[in-house]
Amino acid sequence: MSIAAEPREIRDDVLNGLQLSTQLERVWRTPSGWTGALTSVDHKVVGRRYIVTAFAFLLLGGILAILMRVQLAGPEKTFLSADKYNQIFTMHGSTMMFLFAVPVMEAFAVYLVPLMVGTRNIAFPRLNAFSYWMFLFGGCFLWISFALNVGPDVGWFAYVPLSSLQYTPTKRPDVWAQMITFTEVAALAVAVEIIVTVFKLRAPGMTLDRIPLFVWAMLITAFLVMFAMPSVMVASTSLILDRLVNTRFYDSSSGGHPLLWQHLFWFFGHPEVYIIFIPGTGMVSAILATFARRPVVGYPVVILSLIATGFLSFGLWVHHMFVTGLPQLGAGLFTASSMLIAVPSGLQIFCWLATLWDGRPVYRTPLLFVIGFIVIFVLGGLSGVMVASVPIDTQVHDTYFVVAHFHYVLIGGAVFPLIGAVYYWFPKITGRMLSESLGRWNFWLAFIGFNVAFFPMHILGLIGMPRRVYTYTANMDWAHLNLLSSGGALVFALSFALLLVNVIYSLRKGELAGDNPWSASTLEWATSSPPPPQNFDRIPVVKHRDPLWADSMSLPVVAGLSAERREVLLTSLAEAEPQIREASPEPSIWPLLTAIATTVFFIGSIFTPWAVLWGTPPMAVALIGWFWPTGSREDEE
Amino acid sequence: MPVRMRTALVPFATLPLAACAGRQSVLDPQGLQSSQILHTIFIFLTVAAAVWIAVVVVLGVSLLRRKRPADQPLALHQPFERTSGRVIFVLGLATLVVVLGLSIVSYAGQRTIFAKDENALTLKIIGHQWWWEVRYEADSPHRSFVTANEIRVPTGQPVKVELESADVIHSFWVPSLTGKMDLITGQKNELQFTAKNAGVYRGQCAEFCGLQHANMAFAVLALPPDEFGRWRDHENQSANSPTDQLGKQGEALFRARGCALCHNISGTLAGGQLGPDLTHIGSRTTIAAGTLPNTPATLAAWIADPQHIKPGNLMPKMPLQSGELIAILHYLEQLK
Repeated sequence: MSIAAEPREIRDDVLNGLQLSTQLERVWRTPSGWTGALTSVDHKVVGRRYIVTAFAFLLLGGILAILMRVQLAGPEKTFLSADKYNQIFTMHGSTMMFLFAVPVMEAFAVYLVPLMVGTRNIAFPRLNAFSYWMFLFGGCFLWISFALNVGPDVGWFAYVPLSSLQYTPTKRPDVWAQMITFTEVAALAVAVEIIVTVFKLRAPGMTLDRIPLFVWAMLITAFLVMFAMPSVMVASTSLILDRLVNTRFYDSSSGGHPLLWQHLFWFFGHPEVYIIFIPGTGMVSAILATFARRPVVGYPVVILSLIATGFLSFGLWVHHMFVTGLPQLGAGLFTASSMLIAVPSGLQIFCWLATLWDGRPVYRTPLLFVIGFIVIFVLGGLSGVMVASVPIDTQVHDTYFVVAHFHYVLIGGAVFPLIGAVYYWFPKITGRMLSESLGRWNFWLAFIGFNVAFFPMHILGLIGMPRRVYTYTANMDWAHLNLLSSGGALVFALSFALLLVNVIYSLRKGELAGDNPWSASTLEWATSSPPPPQNFDRIPVVKHRDPLWADSMSLPVVAGLSAERREVLLTSLAEAEPQIREASPEPSIWPLLTAIATTVFFIGSIFTPWAVLWGTPPMAVALIGWFWPTGSREDEE
Repeated sequence: MPVRMRTALVPFATLPLAACAGRQSVLDPQGLQSSQILHTIFIFLTVAAAVWIAVVVVLGVSLLRRKRPADQPLALHQPFERTSGRVIFVLGLATLVVVLGLSIVSYAGQRTIFAKDENALTLKIIGHQWWWEVRYEADSPHRSFVTANEIRVPTGQPVKVELESADVIHSFWVPSLTGKMDLITGQKNELQFTAKNAGVYRGQCAEFCGLQHANMAFAVLALPPDEFGRWRDHENQSANSPTDQLGKQGEALFRARGCALCHNISGTLAGGQLGPDLTHIGSRTTIAAGTLPNTPATLAAWIADPQHIKPGNLMPKMPLQSGELIAILHYLEQLK
């Protein structure tokens, strides 16, 4: 077939502005009604769902935290039984780590990265839809199990042999292990999409050194996910095999070893912390540049620090195992490698401080949360240096000191930037501003509540309170600090209630945002709020690291993409030179059907190994449907 | 009648779970190792506090200092860009030097607390869900004995504990004496400590080990060496034989009602190995792994319904008549 024989298609260069908008919107929009809801592959629709679902899990995990704080507010309380408490602390950790923190960061990436790199959709949009459904089903599976009193009760770390069939002969650890599989599948899918989107779908001219810091952070996170997650999938799958078909990976009486579990789990578990924290740094960099009214100082330093953090994060998992009886010299080396991560983290903090030093800060809510982040996160990082030391760790390991430390790092390092990010990007996502006065209340309640809740825990740990105890006796002198901490937790919870009120109120009554309410510099602000289905009518050309500050009047654009079908522009990896036009998939029901088939397979396989046999054909059918050639240009290429 | 029995025990059942007192704090070191660790903690804490205060001060100054008037965000002031680059580089290097310094401080502390003394008194501790088996082992079997949940050690002498687990992973932690070490299934760990002063030091399991992890405590009683020697000689002896009729009846019931299937009392026919050794139960300060002080009332409440006090523990509620309970209690009280 010769090129000349093809009917001439309409390209974006022959249409004027309004015609092009209307035409592209028709091509890219998600169908309305139930069909649209179940088949959408728009990264903005999926991203929004991902964000809302992750926040729903935050709410659930937060309610569990409050229940625990009520139980611990005084000695010998009987508000929760030992069994309920153990389920609740396991559910709290698992929900916050696997169903909130990692997914919410990926959710922001799914929504924002395609906009920030200036393309029309994420790479592999159907995989993206599949990823969301897997995350949703996995989360519901865990929570429905909990509602049925089959919630896991062996800790979010599920150490063997406690989680083995011999010591926990219920289905609870299986539910936990399989929930891991669900969320890991979802996370790996998003990681692949982000990497390909950043590498191949960037707007022309967005060379590697013009990629926004937030996008860099998400790219590095995606690599971390790809290298860390397989470790925990191996771990949890081996656990299920031990429990279901009597393999002996972790059974020391048959040549296995319980420490194998700990190595595999923490080889994932420590990078996991950075999978949560690095996106937080990306949010901080984005917010800081906008509200300090200047680019972040030391762009290459920040990126190299993130990459260094990524590498180092794989070399310090052993600091979770300092009291398992490892050789002393080896443990000492892991002390040094753990502390070394303070160098790249410190460099980033110095760059941000320099940015504020030179900048002209505009005190809006997002910036308040970033300032709170610096104060809290630095404290958490420094207590991290303490727990990295073997002798200190032998005392504080598995005490409330560590609970305080990682809440300072994770809430300070990730949740504060995240709430700042909600205030920052809410106008882009919804078209309306969040209330600024409620935002200030939100910040101060969060900042004060957080510190009152978690600072006393440092002291509790030092005066001997271990973690994961459902009660303590009156003569232990822990009552006052625990009561204080519980009070702080209530204030902290109130701040989230206020955020919810603000979101609901502002969705209807919020001030209209306009395209770029904060006068920010990155490409997501170059389109309307909320963005149209095609993101950009014409693909922008990037000539500067801060395109909207450099060309505030009008951005240069490229032309030549089809206006009749879904097309994205592929560019080269380093220089982002245009390479080819690539078809982008239409909405499809198959990702949902594949996710349902996979769910049946996953859940079935914790009850019978035969599920592997009868669970595979439906998945195969769904995948065949997914990839069935439809005669579109995408298939012919 | 079991029903009447339970009614009679209501006052016991509502006893506060006040367990053994005893120090349990990193900040109150009474051992060589814990003092060394606290020293390391203070060094780290000083550095951490200095860094945190410096960061917050710089943050505050950068927010409050007088700024150039607002202009284009990209109109950067070149001298600042150069200087800030240099300052960040120097601060990065300083961070590196500080963390390497702290690593060395940490390793020095680590060597001290894990130093081994060949002449240490050796005892073996085996973790169970949810109690501690303590074995004083000597070359001759006549010098070896077993106890539970209470460890007596001489002051001023290094003690080596060999740590094993009978089921899941536990962690041995007496913060006033030294840092913790896990008891891992299929692995032998060891830990050495030296108590400087006589006293009662409370310890607690620090690795989540299932339902009653919170109620898996123990006590270390550090005694002057001669007192320790007397105690050890006493523990080596078999259990006292009951002297009165009620005690003898209790001893018989201990076997007849099934207690002896799980509990050992040396010198008698009770030889069970599943539960704690009760040879000298009467002289221990707590019962149920530090859950309750050892008094006739609490011991009676425990025997009457262990599942009420520590739900899920492996000791079943035995159907005892109140007279039988009193006899068994009387017998156990005599096992000093």
